[in-house]
Amino acid sequence: MTASSSLLDTIGNTPLVEISRFAPNPSVRMLVKLEGFNPTGSVKDRVALYLVNALERDGRLGPDSIILEPSSGNTGISLALICRIRGYRLAVVMPDNVTRERRQMLKMYDASIIDSPGSLGSNGAVELARRMAAEDSRYVMADQYANAANPLAHYETTGPEIIADCPSVDVFVAGLGTGGTLMGVGRRLREHNPAVRVYAAEPMPGEAVQGLRSLEAGFVPEILDPDALDGRFLVTTAESIETMRRLTATEGVFAGVSSGGVLAVASRIAATMEGGTLVALLADGGWKYLSEDLWRRDPDDDELETLNLW
Amino acid sequence: MTSVRIPPVLRVHVGGQKEVDASGATVGDLLRDLVARSPGLGEQLFTADGSLHRFVNVYLNGQDVRYLKVLDTPVGERDAVIILPAMAGGA
Repeated sequence: MTASSSLLDTIGNTPLVEISRFAPNPSVRMLVKLEGFNPTGSVKDRVALYLVNALERDGRLGPDSIILEPSSGNTGISLALICRIRGYRLAVVMPDNVTRERRQMLKMYDASIIDSPGSLGSNGAVELARRMAAEDSRYVMADQYANAANPLAHYETTGPEIIADCPSVDVFVAGLGTGGTLMGVGRRLREHNPAVRVYAAEPMPGEAVQGLRSLEAGFVPEILDPDALDGRFLVTTAESIETMRRLTATEGVFAGVSSGGVLAVASRIAATMEGGTLVALLADGGWKYLSEDLWRRDPDDDELETLNLW
Repeated sequence: MTSVRIPPVLRVHVGGQKEVDASGATVGDLLRDLVARSPGLGEQLFTADGSLHRFVNVYLNGQDVRYLKVLDTPVGERDAVIILPAMAGGA
């Protein structure tokens, strides 16, 4: 190993670790890709680097530009690191019900935060950011929900890393947010082996964060091609937290809430398999959730349904 | 009868109820029975040609029916059916 010339050079090349003590079906080998090992602690470092590089390459960043992005936290924090190093201004539109740590990290990197109503979920953040960008030309949106640089980051980095570490992968499971991970990794894995199956885990939204005014305010990310998935599974906040704790208890892996959700879904899929190898991507570490005391409190606590933990 | 969970945005069409019962051997029959009982749901769930609206997701025991047999997916009385609007995920 040689010294890195920048922290940004340490993005990616995360560990892939077998979790045989956790795995529910002894005939199925389960491995987890630990994206918490990235510099800001999440998979979004990969995406943010590709997004900023694309904005630079397209000549969209002038001296007055402010990069603007809707994010429930991780993408914003990753962009904030990159903007610090490269000298850009950043504004993040974030639902007001995210954990305290997400706000603290954005402040630490000197990004500005614009609150969107938590009751409108990520839809509200996307809508507000797009409106702001339309009204003020200084704002330049990286737009992870619509920008092909997002899945490309996974096609060019995450996917090849999985193949290099585990060429026998049969099933890939990841969380559904923008769809970038599932699209990019899925496409790369299928080029390696067309029989690979790709499954999405998505959070069951709490009642308090479904404040859509109408169904027409619904949203399917532009980069998500539903036909490129083999299945989509809902997982509750309580089941995500219970599974996240069980992972820590059995394997010592300290991961975030969405990782618990992904592993809950991966376990359901593994239970139906006769054999083979399943890789699950764990998007972040548990650090940004400590303030909510999720390792001790009752996972069925109703208040948890009002938070944006994914 | 199978119990169907209605999202907050559609409850105005079912008298504010969170869960309603409907009958049918497939997801399509079940949803059409639901519309017969609560006609306001018709335009919300289905497009003009009778397929599932793009911004509506229907889950059978937690699994999106678009990856099963869509409206032809068989349903039993003990199955849990959830309707949700398509929403942006956290990221």
